[in-house]
Amino acid sequence: MADVFAYIEHNQGVADDSALELLTAAKKIFPDAAVTAIVMGSGGDLDTVCNEMAASYNAVWKVDNAAFSFPDAEAARKALLNILPGDCVLLLSHAHLGMDLSPGLSIKMDSAYISDIVDVEGLEGSTLKVIRQEFTGQVSTHVHADISNGAVINVRPGVFQPDESKAGGGEIVDKSGDIGDVSVKRKYLETVQAEAGEVDITKSEVLVSVGRGIEEEDNIEMVFDLAEAMGADVSCSRPIVDAKWLEKARQVGTSGQTVKPKVYLALGISGSFQHLGGLKGNPFVVAVNKNPKAPIFQVADVGIEADILEFVPELTEKIKELG
Amino acid sequence: MEILVCVKRVPDTAENEIEINSEGNDIERDDLVYSVNEWDNYAVEEAIQIVDKVGGSVTVVTVGDDESEEVLRREMAMGAENGLLLSDDAFEASDGKGIATILAGAVKKGNYDLILTGAQADDGAAEVGGMLAAIMDYPYASLVNTIEVQDGKLKIGREVEGGNQDMYEIEMPCVLSIQTGINEPRYVGIRGIRKVASVEIPKQGASDLGLDPSSVGEAGKKVNRVDYFVPEMGEGAEMLEGSTEEIIEKLIDYLKAKGGLK
Ligand SMILES: Cc1cc2nc3c(=O)[nH]c(=O)nc-3n(C[C@H](O)[C@H](O)[C@H](O)COP(=O)(O)OP(=O)(O)OC[C@H]3O[C@@H](n4cnc5c(N)ncnc54)[C@H](O)[C@@H]3O)c2cc1C
Repeated sequence: MADVFAYIEHNQGVADDSALELLTAAKKIFPDAAVTAIVMGSGGDLDTVCNEMAASYNAVWKVDNAAFSFPDAEAARKALLNILPGDCVLLLSHAHLGMDLSPGLSIKMDSAYISDIVDVEGLEGSTLKVIRQEFTGQVSTHVHADISNGAVINVRPGVFQPDESKAGGGEIVDKSGDIGDVSVKRKYLETVQAEAGEVDITKSEVLVSVGRGIEEEDNIEMVFDLAEAMGADVSCSRPIVDAKWLEKARQVGTSGQTVKPKVYLALGISGSFQHLGGLKGNPFVVAVNKNPKAPIFQVADVGIEADILEFVPELTEKIKELG
Repeated sequence: MEILVCVKRVPDTAENEIEINSEGNDIERDDLVYSVNEWDNYAVEEAIQIVDKVGGSVTVVTVGDDESEEVLRREMAMGAENGLLLSDDAFEASDGKGIATILAGAVKKGNYDLILTGAQADDGAAEVGGMLAAIMDYPYASLVNTIEVQDGKLKIGREVEGGNQDMYEIEMPCVLSIQTGINEPRYVGIRGIRKVASVEIPKQGASDLGLDPSSVGEAGKKVNRVDYFVPEMGEGAEMLEGSTEEIIEKLIDYLKAKGGLK
């Protein structure tokens, strides 16, 4: 059986939510495997994360190097190549770091790369059977991968339950001396924080959120009218920000804001995982979409199949009549 | 600066609902409207803007069949000078690594300082750019949302969690995958497309690129999409039915109960 590893993302001494989700995914592929957590970083915070992971994982490989005081995928790839056994299976979170790191790593290791898996069907010989999605979640696919020479697997954040069993009790092994040369041709300079906007949607109790279904910039106004009538704030999906129709600070999602309203009204939003990744705290979700098969209806509490361009003004009228 | 932009022809999800065919093994492809992958338009626009500033030329490349020529022409109408179609029976059914291998063949034949891809395409794998960089041994950055040309180097921003931006200096030649929102892709009208309608687009196959056919296509793949399907739906949302008035009435009751009206 292949050696199985999980790459642990962490920030200021706290492991990312994905850390224990990867363990669940790994055990779903290899029910009896000992799974090793790889924790790369620099300084005191690193030990905190290693100790936390040792409770859950069967072993922890710690890599302490100034090059990883910031999570740099280019340097991490070189280090991983030097410490990982050739035919291993490595799991990462399909987020901004994993997207940067994994595809190239699979090439260098000559192993299969399986991106953004949402479920595992099982292993048959050296064929790993998983489920992915395409077209922003509109359809699913069965994917079979030949992992005889190992695999790099990116796991969609938030779909596997975190493994809270704390059944690891693993030893922490310091691999810092084995990583070799990690100099790279891409130099990290700084992180620029996202700008604050005119409203702070992370504090809003009620959000009226608009997506690409609004079709034109001029139509955005009707969303503000509805929000005003409801006493809500306006947020949006990414394409609305890309089109410069609303400011970035109103974007909900993994590359935008994380919101936790009581009520979330999604208008013409398909329900991509990057969008839903920003919606926390189990709000009451209402979705209005003209496509009855839109993935958003799978997560909404209440759904309405309608054209928002007609539905929104009527709803606004009725709410105004309530006074 | 010589820039290569890798583009893909994909079903346009704004124009079609993607559905499974009657055999349940593929999406329904009759009457599908195709277009250029959304991310790729941003990549081509960025390349054109860089060349406008510092000189050089933009080449757009795709792996596909003759129908893929239309997306090359569209991007050439935006302002890319050259098109390149990589086409061969041996390329069919390639996985991401296969596509990256084919593109690397074209990169090796050229003399590019900068290679751009979209951050991802219709399959959401976000893999080809990073694989191409690794095959070429070039530095790589994904999800790039600013590029500034400096002395023989680029200063770039990567979009990360929360809309923050990690800034890097990166040496060339390099591969960057471009995130939406980096610019505002120009509009292409019918007239623009007509202008480039008769421009010759060279076509290259495995032997032109010096590729071993067994390293690409069906023969070279490790990752195989077996079929498309629609998963068993969970319970999902309670769909409100009735006339618009009745629906609005029910919705308002819900909103009141859940604190959605103030
Ligand atoms: C690294 C990365 C990070 C990302 N981060 C984010 C993020 O933070 N936030 C985010 O939102 N996205 C993010 N995305 C993009 C994400 O993958 C989706 O592309 C995006 O969420 C889609 O937005 P949408 O639902 O508005 O548009 P679409 O997916 O195009 O959906 C539009 C919906 O509107 C419906 N519709 C169309 N017309 C009407 C009408 N008249 N009436 C009713 N319904 C209508 C359609 O049926 C469809 O369901 C990210 C992507 C990547 C690669």
